[in-house]
Amino acid sequence: MNLTLKVWRQKDANSKGEIVAYDVKDISEEMSFLEMLDVLNEKLVAEGDEPIAFDHDCREGICGACSLYINGEPHGPMNRTTTCQLHMRSFKDGETVFIEPWRAKAFPVIKDLMVDRSAFDRIIQAGGYVSVNTSGNTIDANAIPIPKEDADEAFDAATCIGCGACVAACKNASAMLFVSAKVSQLSLLPQGKVEAEERVKNMVEQMDHEGFGACTVTGACEAECPKGISLENISRMNREYLKATVSPGK
Amino acid sequence: MSATGLFLCLFLVGHLAGNLQLFLTGEEAALQFNAYAKFMTTNPAVKILSYLTYFSILFHAIDGIMLVASNKAARPQKYAYSNPSANSKWNSRNMGVLGTIILVFIAVHMSNFWYVMHFGSLPVDSAGNKDLYTVVISFFTDDSMGLIFVLFYVFAMAAMCFHLLHGFKSAFSSFGLRTAKTKVIFEKIGYAFSIVVSIAFAAIPVYIYLTH
Amino acid sequence: MSVLDSKIPEGSIDKKWTNHKNHIRLVNPANKRSIDIIVVGTGLAGASAAASLAEMGYNVKAFCFQDSPRRAHSIAAQGGINAAKNYQNDGDSVYRLFYDTVKGGDYRSRESNVHRLAEVSADIIDQCVAQGVPFAREYGGLLDNRSFGGVQVSRTFYAKGQTGQQLLLGAYSALSRQISKGKVKMYNRHEMLDLVMVDDKARGIIARNLVTGKVERHAAHAVVLCTGGYGNVFFLSTNAMGSNVTAAWKAHKRGAFMANPCFTQIHPTCIPVSGDHQSKLTLMSESLRNDGRIWVPKKIEDAQAIREGRLKPTQLAEEDRDYYLERRYPSFGNLVPRDVASRAAKERCDAGFGVNATGQAVYLDFASAIERYGKEQASIHGMNNASKDEIIAMGKKVVEAKYGNLFEMYEKIKDQNPYETPMMIYPAVHYTMGGIWVDYNLMTTVKGCFACGEANFSDHGANRLGASALMQGLADGYFVLPYTIGDYLADDILTGKISTDQPAFEQAEKNVNDRLETLLSIQGSKTVDHFHKRLGKIMWDKCGMSRNAEGLKEAMVEIKALREEFWKDVKVPGSINGLNPELEKAGRVADFLELGELMCLDALTRNESCGGHFREEFQTSEGEAMRDDENFTFVSVFEYTGEPGEAVLHKEDLNYEAIEVKTRSYK
Repeated sequence: MNLTLKVWRQKDANSKGEIVAYDVKDISEEMSFLEMLDVLNEKLVAEGDEPIAFDHDCREGICGACSLYINGEPHGPMNRTTTCQLHMRSFKDGETVFIEPWRAKAFPVIKDLMVDRSAFDRIIQAGGYVSVNTSGNTIDANAIPIPKEDADEAFDAATCIGCGACVAACKNASAMLFVSAKVSQLSLLPQGKVEAEERVKNMVEQMDHEGFGACTVTGACEAECPKGISLENISRMNREYLKATVSPGK
Repeated sequence: MSATGLFLCLFLVGHLAGNLQLFLTGEEAALQFNAYAKFMTTNPAVKILSYLTYFSILFHAIDGIMLVASNKAARPQKYAYSNPSANSKWNSRNMGVLGTIILVFIAVHMSNFWYVMHFGSLPVDSAGNKDLYTVVISFFTDDSMGLIFVLFYVFAMAAMCFHLLHGFKSAFSSFGLRTAKTKVIFEKIGYAFSIVVSIAFAAIPVYIYLTH
Repeated sequence: MSVLDSKIPEGSIDKKWTNHKNHIRLVNPANKRSIDIIVVGTGLAGASAAASLAEMGYNVKAFCFQDSPRRAHSIAAQGGINAAKNYQNDGDSVYRLFYDTVKGGDYRSRESNVHRLAEVSADIIDQCVAQGVPFAREYGGLLDNRSFGGVQVSRTFYAKGQTGQQLLLGAYSALSRQISKGKVKMYNRHEMLDLVMVDDKARGIIARNLVTGKVERHAAHAVVLCTGGYGNVFFLSTNAMGSNVTAAWKAHKRGAFMANPCFTQIHPTCIPVSGDHQSKLTLMSESLRNDGRIWVPKKIEDAQAIREGRLKPTQLAEEDRDYYLERRYPSFGNLVPRDVASRAAKERCDAGFGVNATGQAVYLDFASAIERYGKEQASIHGMNNASKDEIIAMGKKVVEAKYGNLFEMYEKIKDQNPYETPMMIYPAVHYTMGGIWVDYNLMTTVKGCFACGEANFSDHGANRLGASALMQGLADGYFVLPYTIGDYLADDILTGKISTDQPAFEQAEKNVNDRLETLLSIQGSKTVDHFHKRLGKIMWDKCGMSRNAEGLKEAMVEIKALREEFWKDVKVPGSINGLNPELEKAGRVADFLELGELMCLDALTRNESCGGHFREEFQTSEGEAMRDDENFTFVSVFEYTGEPGEAVLHKEDLNYEAIEVKTRSYK
C-alpha cells in the first residue's frame, strides 16, 4: 500500500517544529508501524536526509519506550496496542497519516517525535516503592497470604508500562492514571500499606509539581491505555489521598 | 469541585420540588406558590441554605474556570490533528463550555425572578404575599419575548443535562467511591438523575407557555 | 596455573558461599561513603546492583541508554523466575535446582557459581514479595508455581506472562528509592563508549550523552557492567532494538576476557519471520509448552498443501500429525530444554515439513489443552452432560486466564486467533550464555571491572534453562556482587576521589571522539542497517543453530571483509552534536562486526556439540549432540590481541566434584 505521512519534525528542544509530508510506497500489511518508519528512515538516510527520531526499544509492547500520536490517537487506532505492535493492516491504501509526539508541558520534545518522560521517573522516586532494604533478610514470601483477588488487582495495576499514552490522550495532559496505577498496586498489598499515606501525598505533590493537568474523568486515558489500566485506580488514589489528608497526626 | 457539584445537585432537587407547584393552575395554586416563595425568602434556615448555595455556585464556577485555565496550561502546544471522540464523550471534554452556559443562565434566571422577588416592587396576592406566581406566568407567556425565554430555558436545561451526565458520576470518582462494582450504580443513578431533573425543569416553562 | 584465577573458595560445595562470605574482606560504613561505583545498565542485574550498593553506603552512578531505567530489556522476560522454595512439596531443593542448572547447561558451567545461584534463589522471591511484586497466587493466598522446560518440578514463580516486567519494576523501585535519597546519581540516555584504565585498574568510563551528543568522563573506584547479552549480532533476535555488546566489547578490548562467546541460546518458540522488513522477533513464552503440543504434518504432501494454503491445520486428522518432540523425547516431551526443542524444529523444517509460506515454522497447538481444561471445569461444576461446545468454551477460559496476554500478542502480530487455529512458531536467537569471563567474585580479568547478569558467562554453561535468567540477574545484583565487591574495594579506602583530569581519561575521550568523527566522515553509500543485516545473515547461516568447520571458516573471512567494507562505505547522517540514533547504531554495529568473528573462532575451536553449540560433525547417528568431555570440559576464554580473529585462547578447566558428569538425555 502507499501512504502519505504527515510527520512532526523538530531539530531539537529549542527549535520550532513543523509538520512535513512524506510519501511511502509499497508498504506491506505485515509490517509493524515502526517497521514502516524504518523503511522511510532507510530511504531518508540513503537520500542524505536526517532520519526521523522516535523512541522505541523492545518492539513487543512491554518496555513502554514507543509513543507517537497517530491520526489523533496515542499509539494509533487499535485499542490496547502499543505503536510497536500496531500493524499496517490497520491502515488503508492511500490514507494520510498524521504522526506527532506526545504533547504535554511535562513532556518536552527532545527531537522530532521523541519526548522527555523523566517526569514519570521523578514521580516514582517521590514514593513509588516499598521502603524495604535489599538485604535478603526479609520474611518468607509465603508468611503473609494475600487474597488472590487483591494480588490479581494489584497485578493489573502494576502492568502499567509508563509509556505516557494516558497523558497524551487526556485533554488536560493529566498523569493521574499513571500515578494511580502505582499507588493502587502498592496500596492493595499488605507490604505497601505501611507507608501508603506518605506515598500518595508525595507522589501527588510531585505530579502537580511536574506540570501535569488535573483529572476531569473524561476516561480518555483508560480508553487509550495499551495495558487497559482502569479508571477505578484513579478513584482509589483519590480515596487514598483523602484518607491521607484527613488522617490525624500526619 | 465535586463537593460543591454534588451540593448543587441537592439544591436542584429542592428547587425542582418547589417549582413543580407551577404545574398547578387556578387561584389556589397561585396562593400556595406565593406562600412558598415567601417562606423560601424569609425562613432563617432556608436563608443559611441559600447562602450556601450562592457560595457553592460561585466556588464551583471560579474553581472551574481556574481548572480549565491550568489544564490548558498543561498542554501549551496543541496537536495538529486530534481525534478525541475516539476515546471520550463530547460533554466530558466540554464541561467548561457547558458550565459557562449554565452560569449565564443562572444570571439571567436570577435577574428574572430572584431579583424581582427580593428587590422589585411586586403586587401582592389575596393572602398578602408577593405575587411571584403571576410574574412567572406572564414572563413565559409574554407576547413578544415569551417564546424566546422558553427556548432559552429549554436550551439551558439541555446544557445542564449534559453537564450533569458527566459531572454526577465523576464526582463520585473524585471522592474515591468509584469501584468496579459501584461504577455502574453511579452511572445509572447519574443518568436517571440528570435526565429526570433536566426534563422536569425544562417542562415548566413549556407547560406554562402551552397552557396559559 | 593459568592466567585465570577463578578464586573458587575452599570447602564442600554447599559451604563455599557461606565460608566465602564469612571470610571476605569488608569495607566499613564510613569508608563506603568515600567510594564511588559506576554501574552500567539498569536491567535486573544493574538496577538491583545499583540499589543494593547504594543502600550499603557506596556512591553509585548508574547509566542506561534508554530514556528511563525502567525500560531495560529484562522487562520483556515473560515466563517466570526459578527458586528452590519447594512450596509445591514436589521434592525440590537447592541441590536439585543446582543439579538441573548444571545438567541443563550441558556440564559447561562452573559448579561453585551455580550452587551459589541455587542457594540465593529463595531469597530473591522473599525480597521481591517484600518489595510489592505481585506474583501469581492461589486461592489460599499463597504463591503459585508452574513448570518450565528441562526440569521435573514446579519451581517457577510468575506474574502472568509479564514476570520480567514485574521483577524489573521491583528493582527499578528500589533503585528509585536510592535515587531519591541521593545515593544513586542516574544518567538516562547515556551510552558507555569506553572503559578507562588507570594503573591497570578500571577507574571510570567514557559515556556519550545521547541527547546533547557530548562525550563525558566519569570516574569511580570500580565499574560494574550489567549490560546484557549480544544476541543482536544476528540482527534478528528477540532482544530489544537497542541491546548491544558495545560496553562489554570495549571492556574486552581493555583486557577483560570473553568466555564461551559462541554459546547462544536459540529459543524454540518465537513468532516466525514474515518478510525482509522484519526488524526483530517476538518471543512466545516457554510456559506455553506446558500446555501447547508441537507438531508438523506427518506426510510431506500435507506440509506442501498447508504451505500453499490448500489445507488448514485444523483439517488434519490426529494420525496425520507428527508430535515430534513427544515421539523423540517421551519422558520430557514438549518440555525438553530449549536447545533440544530448537534443533528438533529445524530438523523437521529442513526435512521439508515446515508449515508457513517460507517453510520455516512448526505448530504449537492448544486444542487438546483446551479440551482437557474444559473437561476438568465441567467436572468441577458437576456438568456431567456438558456438550462439546460448552467444554471448549470453558477450556478456552482457563487457557485465557493462563496465557491471555500471549495469545493477544500473537493475534496482533499474525492476525490469527490461536484459540481457533494452532500458533506458528520457529526458533530465534534469544540469549547469550557466553559473555565476559568473571571469577567467583564476579570480577573480570580487568581489576576493578565487574560483570553481572547476562553480560557475564558464569552460570548457564552451554544452555540456559527457562526462568533462570531472571534468577541470575537478581542473584548477582542483590545478593552476590554487593558482598564480593567489598573484597576488591577494601584496598581502595585510602585512594580518595578519582580525578577525571588524568591522561588516561583524556586519551580515552579522544579515542571515542575520533571514532565517532570517523564514522560520520566516511559518508559511503550504504546504511548501517544494511551492514547489520548482512552480518546477521552470515551469523545465522553459519554460526546459528548448527555449525560446521567449513562454514565457520568462511564466516570468519566474510565478516572480516564485511567489517572492512563497513569502515569504507557506511553512511551515517547528522552530526556528533545532539541526538543522532544512526550514529549510535553505527558504533554498535561496528562492535558486532568484531564480536561476530570472535564467536565464529570460538565455535570453530570447540570440536564437540554441547547445549546451544551444535557442530554438525559431532552428532550421534540419531542426530543428538555429542559432547567430548575428555577434551572440552573447559571454558574457552579469549584474550583480545588487536584482531578479533586472532584472539588468544585460555582455558578454565571445569572440575565437577558435586555432580557426576553424564550424557544429557531427555528421552
